[in-house]
Amino acid sequence: MKHDIIAEPGILEVSNLHVAFGRPKDRVSVVNGVDFSLAKGEVLGILGESGSGKSVMLRSLMGLFPRRTHVTGHVRLAGQDLLAMDKKTLRNIRGRDVSMIFQEPMTSFDPVFTVGRQITETIRRHDGVSEQDAQARALELFELVAIPSAKSRLTNYPHEMSGGMRQRVMIALALACRPKVLLADEPTTALDVTVQIQILLLLRELQREMGMSVVFVTHDIGVAAEVADRIGVMYAGRFAELAPTRAAILTPRHPYTRGLLAATIHGQQRGDHIETIPGAPPNLAHLPTGCAFAPRCGRSVAACTEKMPEMTVFGKTHMARCYNPEPSQI
Amino acid sequence: MLSFILRRLLQAIPILFGVSVMVFLMVQMIPGSPLDLLLPPDASPQLIEQMKEAYGFDKPAWQQYLLWLWQLLHGNLGYSIFNGAPVADELFDALGNTFVLAIPAAFTGFGLGILLGVSAALSQGGPLDKLLSAIAITGVSLPHYWFAIVMVVIFSVNLNWLPAQGMQFTGVPTTLAGFKSMILPVITLSLIPMGVVARVVRAAVLEVMSQEFVNTLHAKGLWDRSVLLHVMKNAAPATLAVMGLQFGYLLGGSILVETVFNWPGSGNLLNLAIFRRDIPVMQATIIVLAAFFVLLNLIVDIAQALIDPRIRR
Repeated sequence: MKHDIIAEPGILEVSNLHVAFGRPKDRVSVVNGVDFSLAKGEVLGILGESGSGKSVMLRSLMGLFPRRTHVTGHVRLAGQDLLAMDKKTLRNIRGRDVSMIFQEPMTSFDPVFTVGRQITETIRRHDGVSEQDAQARALELFELVAIPSAKSRLTNYPHEMSGGMRQRVMIALALACRPKVLLADEPTTALDVTVQIQILLLLRELQREMGMSVVFVTHDIGVAAEVADRIGVMYAGRFAELAPTRAAILTPRHPYTRGLLAATIHGQQRGDHIETIPGAPPNLAHLPTGCAFAPRCGRSVAACTEKMPEMTVFGKTHMARCYNPEPSQI
Repeated sequence: MLSFILRRLLQAIPILFGVSVMVFLMVQMIPGSPLDLLLPPDASPQLIEQMKEAYGFDKPAWQQYLLWLWQLLHGNLGYSIFNGAPVADELFDALGNTFVLAIPAAFTGFGLGILLGVSAALSQGGPLDKLLSAIAITGVSLPHYWFAIVMVVIFSVNLNWLPAQGMQFTGVPTTLAGFKSMILPVITLSLIPMGVVARVVRAAVLEVMSQEFVNTLHAKGLWDRSVLLHVMKNAAPATLAVMGLQFGYLLGGSILVETVFNWPGSGNLLNLAIFRRDIPVMQATIIVLAAFFVLLNLIVDIAQALIDPRIRR
C-alpha cells in the first residue's frame, strides 16, 4: 500500500489536536498536538503505554469526551470538521460514517437489552428501515462476523455470551452501517490469546473486504505489526514516531520506539536478558518543557530539555520527533 | 421465567408464617389485658375467669396461636373485643380509606421523585442539581405531621380553600367536596416517597451513566432521548425496589398524618386497637399489612426479573 500523505487528502485528516481535562487552573493535557492523515483503506496502528493519551485521542476522533473537556484542533472526516459541527450532524455521522470498537466487550453492551436489539437500534437510527429489515441486516452481520447459529444468538443478552463472541457482536455493531472509518480501541486486549488472533484476523479480513480505513489503538507491538500499514508511536500525548509498519519495526528512529521494541518479549527464556525503559511516563499535569521522553532517554542531548523537537521527515514517509535519532541501520 | 415466579411464590409462604409468629409474640408482650377495659373494676374473680374462657385467654399461648392461625387460614380474622364487630369489616374499611390516599400519593410522589431525580442526575454538579437535591432532602427530612399542620394553616385557615380535616366521602370520592378533602393528605403523604425516590433515582442514573456501555450508545449516534431510555431501563430495578417499600409504608397508613387529618385509615385503626388492647384487631391489621408488604416485594422481584435478565435464576 502506498501513502503519499502530503499530496492526497485522506479520508480522515487530524491537525493540531489538543485535549485537556479539568478546570483551567488544574488542567491535565492528555493530547498535545496530534497530526496525521489516514488514507482510504489504510490501517493506522497507534502504539503507546498506558496514559500516553492514545485512547483519549481515538475517542476524540468521533467527538466522544467526558464532561469538562477542553478540545482544540481539527478532525476532518471526508472534509467535514467533526469538532466544529453541531451536535445533530455529529450524531448523524457517529455510528454511520465513523464507528468504534471498544476494549471491554463485557461492559460495552447494555446488559438489559438483547444484542440483536442493540444492533437493529443502530441500523434503524441511521437508515430508518423497519424492524424486520433491520433484523434481517443484523442476521447478515452476525453471519459476516462468523457467529455460529446466528439467528438464535440475536436474542441473547450480553451476559449469555463469551468474551470472544461479544467482541464479534461488537464488530458487527461497528460495521452495521458500513462506516468509512473504523476506530478500534484495544479490541483484543481483554480477550484470551487464542481468541485475540481470531478477532484480529477477522478484523483484517473485513477491513480488506469493505475497503475501510481503520485506526487501531493497541499497546501490543505484535498486534500492531500484524494489522497496521503504518504505525504511530504515542508518548505523552504526541506522536514520537510515525512510519510505515516495516520501517517502524526494522529501523525505528526515535529512541522511545527502539526502547519499546527492545522491551518486547519474543519467546525469550527465563534468564535471558530483557531490556526495559528506565523511569516512568511523565505526569501529564506537569510536562517538561523539552522532549517529554528526554528524562528517560539514553541519547538525549542538551537541546532535548529546552524545546520539543519538531516532526522530522526521514525518507519519504518516516517521521520522528528527535534531535538525536537512532541511526537508520542497526 | 415461570419457574422463577413459582419459586418466589413458594418462598413467600415461610416468610408469611414467620411473620405470623412474630406478630403473635409481639402482641403477647404488650402489657395489660383487653379485659381490664371491658370489665368493671370490682368484677368478681369468677366473672374474670368466665370472660377469659370466653375469649380463650385461659389456654396456653401456643394453643392460642394455633387457634388464631387455624382461623386465619380459613379467612376468619376474629371479632373485636372492644365492640364485638367482625375484624374483617373494620379492617377492610380502614384499608380502603388508606388505599384511596395511598394510590394517588404514590403516583404523585413517584412521578415527581423520578422527574426530580433524573433532572438532577442530568445536571449533575450544576445549580439545578443542587436545588433539586435540596428539595429531595427536605422532602425526606421534614416531619410530615408538621408539614401537614402548616398546610392546614395556609390552605384551610388562611385561604379557606380546602377542608382542614375529615374524609368527606365513603369508598371512593364522587363529589368535589370529597376530592377536596383528599388533597392535603395526599400531598403530605407523597412528600417522603418523592424525596426517597428522587435520591435513589439520581444515584442510580448517575451510576448507570458512568458505565462504559453509555459510551457505546453515544458512539452509535443515538439521540439523547434514546440514550436516556437505555439508562432508565438500567436504573429501573433499583428504583422499583424502593418504590415497593415506599408503597408498603403508604399502605400501613401514617398514624401521625391520619391523626392530623382525622382520616379513618389503617394507621388510625391500629392506633386505636393498641390503646384499647384489642388483640384480634391488632393481630389482624398487622398480619394483613405484612402480607401486603410480602406481596409488594414479590411483585417488585418479578418486575425486576422481567427488566433485567441477569436477575432470573
